[in-house]
Amino acid sequence: MKSEIQLTFENCKRENRPALLTYTVASDPNKKKSLQIINSIAKYADIIELGFPHSTPVGDGGQIQTSSNRAIKNGFKMRDSFQIVNKFKKNYKNKPVILMGYYNMIYQYGENKFLKDCKKSGVSGIICVDLPWPENKDFAKKCKNKSINFIQLLAPTTTKDRMRKIVRDSHDMVYYISMLSTTGGKLKVSPRRILENYKKIKRINSRKNLVIGFGITEKTIKSLKSADGLVVGSLLCKTITNSLKMRQNPVTKLDKVVYNLKNKIL
Amino acid sequence: MSLKIKKGIPLIDQHDKNGMWGGKFGGNFVPETLKKPIQDLENLFSKLRKDKSFIKERDYYFENYVGTPTPLIKLDNLTDHLGGAQLWAKVVSENPGTAHKVYACIVHCLIAKRAGKRYVCTDTGAGMQGKNLAMVAKKFGLKAKIFMGLRDLVRQKKNVDVMKKYGAEVVPVTSGSQTLVDAVSESMRYWVANCQDVHMVIGSTVGPSIFVKISGYSTSQISRELKLQLIEEFGKIPNKLKLLNCVGGGSSAYGFWSEFIDYDKKHVSLIGVEAGGSKKTKLHAAPLSNNSKLGILHGAKAYCIQDNDGQIGETESLSSGLDYPSVSPLHCFLKDTGRAEYTSATDEEALNAYKLVSKLENISPSLEPSHAFATAISIAPKLSKDTILCIDSCGHSLKDSDIIKEKLGFYTE
Repeated sequence: MKSEIQLTFENCKRENRPALLTYTVASDPNKKKSLQIINSIAKYADIIELGFPHSTPVGDGGQIQTSSNRAIKNGFKMRDSFQIVNKFKKNYKNKPVILMGYYNMIYQYGENKFLKDCKKSGVSGIICVDLPWPENKDFAKKCKNKSINFIQLLAPTTTKDRMRKIVRDSHDMVYYISMLSTTGGKLKVSPRRILENYKKIKRINSRKNLVIGFGITEKTIKSLKSADGLVVGSLLCKTITNSLKMRQNPVTKLDKVVYNLKNKIL
Repeated sequence: MSLKIKKGIPLIDQHDKNGMWGGKFGGNFVPETLKKPIQDLENLFSKLRKDKSFIKERDYYFENYVGTPTPLIKLDNLTDHLGGAQLWAKVVSENPGTAHKVYACIVHCLIAKRAGKRYVCTDTGAGMQGKNLAMVAKKFGLKAKIFMGLRDLVRQKKNVDVMKKYGAEVVPVTSGSQTLVDAVSESMRYWVANCQDVHMVIGSTVGPSIFVKISGYSTSQISRELKLQLIEEFGKIPNKLKLLNCVGGGSSAYGFWSEFIDYDKKHVSLIGVEAGGSKKTKLHAAPLSNNSKLGILHGAKAYCIQDNDGQIGETESLSSGLDYPSVSPLHCFLKDTGRAEYTSATDEEALNAYKLVSKLENISPSLEPSHAFATAISIAPKLSKDTILCIDSCGHSLKDSDIIKEKLGFYTE
């Protein structure tokens, strides 16, 4: 049986457009609002990435750090991620949700219990920032056994040989980090260069759905629309921060931003 | 206890192919972007370790720049005062960088040069790492960027001034608790974004396994010297020897002990002293002596102060250099194999130890080694006169003069 993630990409391909993936942090700014946010932006987003915030996110820049700290300060607990996903899936039965975060959180929760709760709440995939290949081999296998996508990451520094091995071990989706940066950095590589690397990876296995993330904003998204999927995260976290500062409702603000993003890649 | 230490092989090399000690501690839990730079560094370091010209260069700088060996002195007055074991100090702080950090900074800068990198970056807590890297980088013509938590920047201002004097850029880190843990995170983030031009240095035996190894490889100089000095002094390694060292990340302790790990623990016992924090709070920076759970922080699996969810816990210590929620995988391994024992000393005990040692002796340990002195002072009276208690005085107190003045009302260098 094809996974929800696979079906979503196939659907987008039929519509001749990339999938739009949004990243927001669970419980940012609080549990209720973060659910409202994904419920609202799911009108335009094809895949929802939900971050479980960590106190020490070494791969993340300022925007996601701020969102993570806010969520933790507002009492985020790991079980909240599953409750949020569970409620979201009641509204959007077939919309894939990917949980994303750092390995220590999964490790403390217990890999098996984590996957069991993922399955129960309807999580389709997992991205673990600091569990690279081959360290992730065992866990990725466990995911596969539960029919959950473990999403491998590739970076501009990944060698060709390593890319081949990682792609070979990947499931339906692979995530290409566009540039040498933490999340939220300004796009310092030309879209042409990014797409060149993108094509190199696609040539290894064209059937894998390859998404590009890092540095994607309203300004840059259009230039990368030939990819299978595009991830926007820091921009959304920044929008939440700004709307809180201006005492505006982050839900309506994000709705508008994601709507605009989607329109740029149609 | 199935974990076992192998004899005749440096502990830093006793990891498996995943960079894990005892299959349980260490590893490389890093974002994909860093896999290649780490692999490159592993390859380069393993090549350089066998390269005679590299070792010659390292030894040249150790001898002529650090000035080896640093003195091993008997603390006669303290010994008489306590009336038990003989107290000795290896005054590692007697070097231009006034701390053990100088060794790894030299080795890292030599590596950076060979890797063709012109920039180095690092984390610093007490500022000793930052000061030493700034100093050594200047000597080697490298540009240094030092990440330091804002809270530490304020409480260790003296070292910040020195870093700037050496031309380093000091970047205040305002995230999280604004201490060492955040400085390490920020330095790693900077490396993620700039790994092609920058050589990252981690200030202790923590982080991805290669950084644990390079740090331990460098500080091992301390115990190579100590071994010779003890033999010269006593004619052999004394029958009852106890080596006391403070443990934050654990680089000075590993360096102080590495040559003695193969000895039976009844012959040479290894005692690590963590930062217990103020006796007025429950917070501390002592994951080993408080049986903290295993966790993953900064790329390594090790015992780590954290909550049930895996959020890294708040720490508290008067000594910025020990104020770290996790600890070296090497020390986790030494603890679980039973080779070393770990205890903690409070802020107050460390201050009192500083007071006593600097009053009676002609040395002035910083707050970090003062933790080790505190434990030495408490156990010495109960031990026999033929027991040799040797303490690594790995940092000089000058950087702490403001804190000491505030807490004790006076400071004498």
